Amino acid sequence: MAKRIEASNVSSYYGSFKAIDSISMTVEPKTITALIGPSGCGKSTFLRSINRMHEVLPNARIEGRLTIDDQNIYDPDVDVTAVRRMIGMVFQRPNPFPTMSIYENAVAGLKLNGVKKKSLLDDAAEKSLRSANLWDEVKDRLNRPGAGLSGGQQQRLCIARTIAVQPQVVLMDEPCSALDPISTLAIEDLMFKLKDQFTIIIVTHNMQQAARVSDKTGFFSIDKTGEPGRLIEYADTQKIFSNPTEKKTEDYITGRFG
Amino acid sequence: MGDYPSRSASNAAGGPGVTARHARAAGDGVSPIPPDDLSGNRPPQGGGGALPKKARFSMETGFRGLSTAAGAMVLVIIVAIAIFLVSKAVPALSKNDANFLTSKEWFPNDTQPHFGIAALAFGTVLTSVIALIVAVPIALGIALFLSHYAPKRLATPLGFVIDLLAAVPSVVFGLWGRDVFLEPVQSFSIWLNKYFSWIPLFGGDGPFGRSVMLGSLVLAIMVLPIVTSLSREVFQQTPGMNEEAALALGATKWEMIRTAVLPYGKPGVLAAVMLGLGRALGETIALALTLGITFTISANLIQSGGNSIAANIANTFGEANATGRGALIASGLVLFAITLVVNMAARAIIYRRREFRDSAA
Repeated sequence: MAKRIEASNVSSYYGSFKAIDSISMTVEPKTITALIGPSGCGKSTFLRSINRMHEVLPNARIEGRLTIDDQNIYDPDVDVTAVRRMIGMVFQRPNPFPTMSIYENAVAGLKLNGVKKKSLLDDAAEKSLRSANLWDEVKDRLNRPGAGLSGGQQQRLCIARTIAVQPQVVLMDEPCSALDPISTLAIEDLMFKLKDQFTIIIVTHNMQQAARVSDKTGFFSIDKTGEPGRLIEYADTQKIFSNPTEKKTEDYITGRFG
Repeated sequence: MGDYPSRSASNAAGGPGVTARHARAAGDGVSPIPPDDLSGNRPPQGGGGALPKKARFSMETGFRGLSTAAGAMVLVIIVAIAIFLVSKAVPALSKNDANFLTSKEWFPNDTQPHFGIAALAFGTVLTSVIALIVAVPIALGIALFLSHYAPKRLATPLGFVIDLLAAVPSVVFGLWGRDVFLEPVQSFSIWLNKYFSWIPLFGGDGPFGRSVMLGSLVLAIMVLPIVTSLSREVFQQTPGMNEEAALALGATKWEMIRTAVLPYGKPGVLAAVMLGLGRALGETIALALTLGITFTISANLIQSGGNSIAANIANTFGEANATGRGALIASGLVLFAITLVVNMAARAIIYRRREFRDSAA
């Protein structure tokens, strides 16, 4: 598992509005890549372009080329649901299905893909909940509502739900911004663990988080509101946070703007 | 404190404007600022000076009294209606020669009154259930189309038309059903009878037309807009993040609706169906105009006949004597009881899943 994501000159539009402008980057398998930058600079748009979730909005489209292990994600013949199964996503706010139990949430993706056998589902539920470091906390109440867990547990449940379908890549859109520091730490530990199996791309506003968890960091910025977001610098995390090439990056990480 | 030396002078008793407007003495402490006092001498709203006394009577207590009274009124009205209905029904029931619950006849105006609710209650429930069976799937389809498939340009006017349908008076539906809709239903009934008469529902030798089927279909059309517009409302409230969660797991649109939208909307849809059922059970004039009016219990849907409690009240109230009216009121009580049971059953269903619903909020 885990595949390489390559973006070359990706521009993303909502109608006539250009949200990001010709982004190029390569994300290696089994690494964590952090995308940082001020609000509205197109990090999330880029992230959502990778698994075609931005298409949910009307009139959204991209230009350029996005590939996963050299397969074009935007090939007209490609089934978009297959893309999203291959490239899972965790959202900013924990969003377990409110009508489902913890167990049902964990296997929701498998059920969508037609897995019906109880033993398979049971195994997958336990495996994914264990991988998400949640099993010990919920194993005695699997039939309780998923929305009844704490925020951090809900987010780990969402991660479990995402990895249960065994994707190649996991995208995380500010997964800790609604969580307290302890839950955040739990998620970060989890990311290290998941790195062995998945390619992870995470959008975060928390620079310490980016510095702590990621192998490479991409810094996005905009010149002013209404302009498309650009990738200013993309390099090893260590370099970005100690010796960035671009002045803008340095200003941002030292807190001088954004 | 003490920054506003003129405060106690101009606002000692809350200021003249305040006392006049609110009819309360605010003491010599904090008080709402007279809106006309725009000079620079206004005290800070947070106060200064002694704490004012609590007002004995104010808008607060007044409004609480009003709303409590309004709430109590509902109970009073219900109890009053119940007493009235029971007091009218009991004398008629005591004169009844037949068993009120099991008898199918309806002769309350005879010198030896004998009447029973069985046929009427059966007809009421039968027509309503068939109406729902026909209307609910269509309504849910329309609601989903409006909330998730139709482009906004189409969804808005279409939703408006549906709401308009709900505003058509039932007598219009009744007349339309009797004079226009009768013909296609009649032909359809004859066709059904020709090929499917081996099914008891479609048996019989005629005449066909003013049947349970016609009444139920007209009812279905009347129930449709209620169920549709409430369900659409519920479906639209599905949290976007739940829909995204399903899509991100690789769900197609229909799978997303099945995973996120329908389960989320279930209690609301059930409530919508119950409201529709309430309308169907109580529908009077449309059924009085479309049903064939017979006092029988029969599973046959296409032969002319059928009756319902409300339609029977409308049809026979004019010629009823005192006992007859009492009998009709007793039948109304039965209708009330049916509605109550149905509603309680629906609430029980919703209550069972409350754990999931509450934690979703």
